[in-house]
Formats: sequence, structure tokens, C-alpha cells
Amino acid sequence: MMAEIGLAALWLAAGLAALQLVFMPAGLRSAVELSGTMRPVAVAQGALTALAFAMLLVLFARTDLSVALVVANSHSAKPFVYKVAGAWGNHEGSMLLWVTVLAVSGAFIAILSRRLSERTLAAALGAQAALALGFYTFLLLASNPFGRLAPAPLEGRGLNPLLQDPGLAFHPPTLYLGYVGLSVAFSLAFGALLTGEVDSRLARAMRPWVLAAWVFLTLGITAGSYWAYYELGWGGYWFWDPVENASLMPWLAATALLHSINVLAARGALKAWTMMLAVIAFSMSMVGTFLVRSGILTSVHSFAIDPERGTYLLILLGLYVGAAFTLFAWRGASLKEGAPFELVSRESGLVVNNLLLSVILGTVFVGTLYPLFVEALSGEKLSVGAPYFNIVAGPLALLLAVLVGAGPLLSWRRERRPVLKRLVVPALIGVAAIVATFVIAPKMGFLPRLGFGVAAFLAIASLLPLAGRNPLRAPLATWGMVVSHFGIAVALAGMAANSAFTKETLAVARTGERLAVGPWLIQLDSVTPAAGPNWTALEAELHASRGHGREVLRPQTRYFTSPQMETNEAAIQTFWDGQLYTVLGKADPAGGWQLRLWWKPFVTLIWAGGALIGLGGALSLAGRAWRTRRRRPEPEWRTRYA
Amino acid sequence: MSRAVRFAPLALLLLVIAGLVWRLSTPADTNVRSRLAGKPVPAFNLAAPLPGKPAFSSRDLAMGRPRLVNIFASWCVPCITEVKVLKQLQSRGVAIDGIAIRDRAGDIAAFLARNGDPYARIGSDEQSALQIALGSSGVPESFVVDGRGIIRYQHIGAVEAADVPLILSQLEQAR
Repeated sequence: MMAEIGLAALWLAAGLAALQLVFMPAGLRSAVELSGTMRPVAVAQGALTALAFAMLLVLFARTDLSVALVVANSHSAKPFVYKVAGAWGNHEGSMLLWVTVLAVSGAFIAILSRRLSERTLAAALGAQAALALGFYTFLLLASNPFGRLAPAPLEGRGLNPLLQDPGLAFHPPTLYLGYVGLSVAFSLAFGALLTGEVDSRLARAMRPWVLAAWVFLTLGITAGSYWAYYELGWGGYWFWDPVENASLMPWLAATALLHSINVLAARGALKAWTMMLAVIAFSMSMVGTFLVRSGILTSVHSFAIDPERGTYLLILLGLYVGAAFTLFAWRGASLKEGAPFELVSRESGLVVNNLLLSVILGTVFVGTLYPLFVEALSGEKLSVGAPYFNIVAGPLALLLAVLVGAGPLLSWRRERRPVLKRLVVPALIGVAAIVATFVIAPKMGFLPRLGFGVAAFLAIASLLPLAGRNPLRAPLATWGMVVSHFGIAVALAGMAANSAFTKETLAVARTGERLAVGPWLIQLDSVTPAAGPNWTALEAELHASRGHGREVLRPQTRYFTSPQMETNEAAIQTFWDGQLYTVLGKADPAGGWQLRLWWKPFVTLIWAGGALIGLGGALSLAGRAWRTRRRRPEPEWRTRYA
Repeated sequence: MSRAVRFAPLALLLLVIAGLVWRLSTPADTNVRSRLAGKPVPAFNLAAPLPGKPAFSSRDLAMGRPRLVNIFASWCVPCITEVKVLKQLQSRGVAIDGIAIRDRAGDIAAFLARNGDPYARIGSDEQSALQIALGSSGVPESFVVDGRGIIRYQHIGAVEAADVPLILSQLEQAR
């Protein structure tokens, strides 16, 4: 019954989305009141998809084996949390999650957007309905999550063991919230381009959505990076894999959008550019979804490969992004740029930020798709790997990090105060850090050395917007910016430390034997069998010591029964100054065990930084929501150019 | 904003979609093609694993007549079915030489006794050194080598019954 309720809810929601689209032309002509038409339809549509998704969650929680999707992706012996996570750990379920977030966001725009003109809102809701309609069609015709199996089998096939991990259970929904949150920015930009009302009101309506989506993307990428780090057992945190790039590209576009939208909100400038970025950010989300779902680029993430579904997604991508770009080409000329600004001003700073982010985005985009185009044109096969991305994107990112220290100190329109003077102290600290690296590690590579210098500079410079005033009276949004920018410095320090100081030992050891890695002496005490709810394992017991204390680590090689698969469970011990990372490999015929040991000083700073960046975004969002609630009248200088 | 700038994103999108459509319609070919096609076989001299069978060296390939060089192994399952097709080719006058990859003499002898022996010569490539030099990425694979020792054609995977005309025509062209 539940599967049928879910399916019926989906069909009804699709019908409502079509109705919402039908209302759009009338809404654009202001011929109908939105409160009686599009708003309630959008809300009902959101509620129905939420109901459908809830039904799927219940089916998975109960392991209802009469449903084909549950059989293919679940198993009665799986821990409960992964039973539920199985709902989105597959193609159909994840597309349903996608459309649920899309429709619920649509409902929230309908309820919350009071600032926009009715016409722009009608156009945006129409765009959102068109987006949803495409995905409903896709779900209902090509990937029905509620299909039944008769007779029902006795047992399910289980979820890919690599996905049975707390980090990964919540990484996809977080990313999806980010991806789809950007759809709202897309729809609002589409609506505003259609009505020509690209102004600071629009920017202020769009900003919370971009901020929220960006926070989710940041956290999703950080969580995914940590998952890859400990679950895949390679000890790396970023591989420039096509699918990682697919999540990074929307993030880069959203970061640029987040900054340019402030210029539009405060000064009414960068209209065309901001609209373009809003379209690009969501396009990148769709490109990302397409790359993951079609599996056309070889990747460690190729969990669900299906060219036919890929074709469908590509058609949707072409339709939506093509429509938005066509609209941009048609209406772009009529956009009048807002208030002028001088060369040294916060606006220019943000323009430079946007240029650098766009160049990095272009670099990643080209690097990801380049092999495909070379093969299409010349038939030659090649792959673009980490060295390209590190060499091209690395220095640009460092340059951007330096400018992040300076940008927030500039004032709007024109800067008269000597900003460079305020940066003397941070700059001296940055130089001191570089000098210190020469003393501590004379052989360190160029980029990590520079990374330490920039991180030290930015750590101090990012705090300056709070200096010279009572920090407790600074707006929450300012705090958010400071925390995010400080997070960049923290993550940068972690990356530099990881690439400069990591020590690695790969060896075969017999029980009782000792190995050294960095300051640690590690003894293999025993290798014994272990078992869990749906796996058996070989577990090594390692004793580690660096002169004082004794740490016990238990890395495992796990053998999952359904589906049959072997995974490495690294044992990681976190200390204030780094992580000890150990992996148990295969048995050696001579009676030894392969062990991979890493000592990674300060590597945790990478994800701590990522979390701080996301926290900053959340603070900023909370601050803006708080200010909106107080309904303070807009200051005169803000509205003058609107 | 000039017209060209406004239409640039749309043009770029169409280009990217064209590339993606091409990739969807032409699934990636995961075969590794040898770069030696049209070039001479690298010089080699393999030991004979079996007492009754002559050893195999690059000199045997430049004797004026095209030959089929087959990369096989006793541990390779598709090779079992391939041997029968190779026997057919042999009965139609094709000269076939074998390169046994990472194999043992006893296993090769048992493999040939059970499945048939189409080979004029067999060389043992214990560390895959020649296989890598030839640009072959797996077992089985076959190369058509002309009478001057030049590689004319690479066949990836087992030679199946349906491939016989193709192999024969390649040998004919190499003549």
C-alpha cells in the first residue's frame, strides 16, 4: 500500500507542477492573484513529494522486500541507519530525494518570498515548476522507485559496503541540499531576467538560498573528502576525480555568486554577471548529477552507471540551461549596470575574487572534460590528473587566499584609508612563517612553504574586520565572514602540513615485529578474526608509541557477505598534532602481513577548516534572518541605487 | 554588452552538449591499442618451455611469410576456447607461434595435451617483459606479423570462430 501511496503522490505532484506552469503566463501579465493560484499549488506540490519520499523511507526502514528497489539495495541484516540511508544510496531513491528537495524549496519560495514583485515571483515559480516537471517525468517514466516485485524474494541484495559508513550515509543528502538549493537561485534569476527586475530586492531574496545551498555544499564536500580519506584507505583527502570535481564546480560557482550577490544587494551593480553566475551555479549542479549518474567519465564514484538515464538527464540539462542562456542572450542587453565604483573599493575586490574563482572553475571544468574532447576530435586517449590541477589551480587558490585577507578591509564605492598599512602585521607574520619553514624543514617543497606563509597571513588578516571595534557588537554576518575566511587559513595550513610533513611506511611485518613511521614505533601484536552484523573481518592489533604512552590501533580488512566485497577499515588515531593512519593489507605467503602506516601532522586542520567555512556561512545566514525579522527600514544609501 | 558576449555561454553549452552526446553514443573503448602497429617487432629471444618444441625469437618472424603470433597462458580461461579456433586456422595453412605468459612448463604441456596444439614455436615470457614490449595489455591477444617482421594487425581478446575470415584477410594483406 505504501509504495502505491508514494507513486500516487508523485503523479499528483507532477500534475500540480504542470498546473503551476500553466498559471505562469497569467501570473506574468498580473492577470491572477498568486496567493490564490501558484502559491498554494507550489505548497501542495512540495507536500506531496515530501510524502512520496517519506513513503520510500518507511519502505526501506521496514525492508519491504516486495519493492524492487529495496530488494536491489537493502538486506534485513543491515544496521538500521544504513537501511534508511539505503533509500538514497541508489539511483531512483536519490533522484526522488533530488526532486523532493526541489519541490519543497519551491514551496518555501512560495511561502516566504514577500519582497519580490508578484511578476518576478510568478516567473520564478514557473521556472521551478518546469524544473520539477522534467524530473517527475524522468522518475515516473525511466526510474520509478516504487516498482513492485512479485513474488517477493526472501532476502535483499544489500547496499554497497563502501556506502555503509556514517560519513557517506549523510554526504549525498547534504550535497543534494546544496545542489538543489542552487535551483532556487536559478529560478529566481530566470524569473528576474524574464521580467527585467534585476535589482537589489532580487539579490536580497536570492541571498539566503545561495548562502544555505553554499553551506550544505561546503559541509557535503568536507564530509565526502573525509570519507574518501578514511574509507578508501589511500590516505589522501582530494583526488581530482571527475566526480569530486563535479561537486567542486558548483561550489566554486556558488562561492563566486555569494560574493557578487552582495555587490548587487548593496550597490545594485554586477547585474548581468550575478544572473549569469546564478545560472552557471545550478548548471554545474546538473552537470555534476549528469556525470555521476551517466558514469561516462571513469571515476571511483561510478556506483550507478546507465547511459540511457544519462541521455535523459542530458536532455533536461540542455533544455534548462539552454533556455536560461538563451534568455540571458536575449535580455542581457537591457540590463543597466548600477552604481559606479572606483578601482580601489570593495566592489573591485569582489570583482577580482569573482574573476579568480571563475578562472579556477574554468580550469577544473576544462581539466575534467578535456580528455573527452581530445578523444572526440583526434581519437587519442589521455587522462588529466592531479598534477595539472595542482599546478594550475593551486597557485590561483593561494593568490585568492592572499586577497581574501585584504578584500574585507575595503569600503564600498571607494577606499580612502591606507588599507595596506593595516596589513603590515599580518604580512610580517606570513613572512615569519615562511622563514620558520626554512629553519624547521629546509627541504620543503615550494608550494607547501608558500601555503604556510599565506595561511599565517590570512589567519591574522581575516580577524582584522573585528579589530578596532567591540567584536560583540559586530553584526553576526560579519562574524560569519570572519569565521569563514579564518577557516580558509586553517584548511590551507592543514593541506600544507599534509603535503610537507606526511611520513609513510609500507612494509610486510610478522607478528611481534616493529616498524617506524615518523616519530612513532609501531608493533604488530596479532591478527585475529572479528565479526559484525553483516561482515566478518581480519583485525590487526597494533601498539604504537612515541617515547611515552601506548596507543592501540585495530585496522581491519572486512569481508561483506551481501553483496560480497572486501573493504579496508583503516584505524586512525587522532592527536592534537596529527593523525596516525594504519591500514591492514593482504597476508604475505611467508607469514607476514602487509601494513601501510602514515603519520600525518595537523592533517585534521583540513576538515576543521572546511567545517569553519561552513559554520561561517551558517552564522551569516542566521544573522541575515535575524535582521530580516527585526524589519529595520533599509538605510538610505542601500536603497538609493536600487 | 556585445552580442558575441551574450551568446558565448549558449555557444559553449552547445559545444559541451555535443561532446557529451558523442561520448554517450560512443562508449569509451577500454582496449589498449599497441603503438607498434606498422612497426617492426622488438628484438627478443625466448627460451623454449617444452622439450619437443622449438624456441621462439624475433628472427623467426622475418622469414618472408606472414605469421600469427598468439599471446596465451595455461591459466587463461578464454584461451581454452581460442585454441580450437587457432587449430582451424592452422589447418588452413596459417603459421602460428605462441608466447606463454607467466607460465610453467608442466602446465603448458598439460594445457596443450588437453586442448590441442596449434603452435609451430613456443617461447616462455615469464615476467611479461616481451608482452609489455609488444604493447599488449592482456591475455589472450594476437598479432599478425608480415614476412619482414613488421606488425600489421593487433587482435585484442580471444580469436573466435567469427573472427577467422578477418584474421585470414589480414594475413592475406600482409603477404
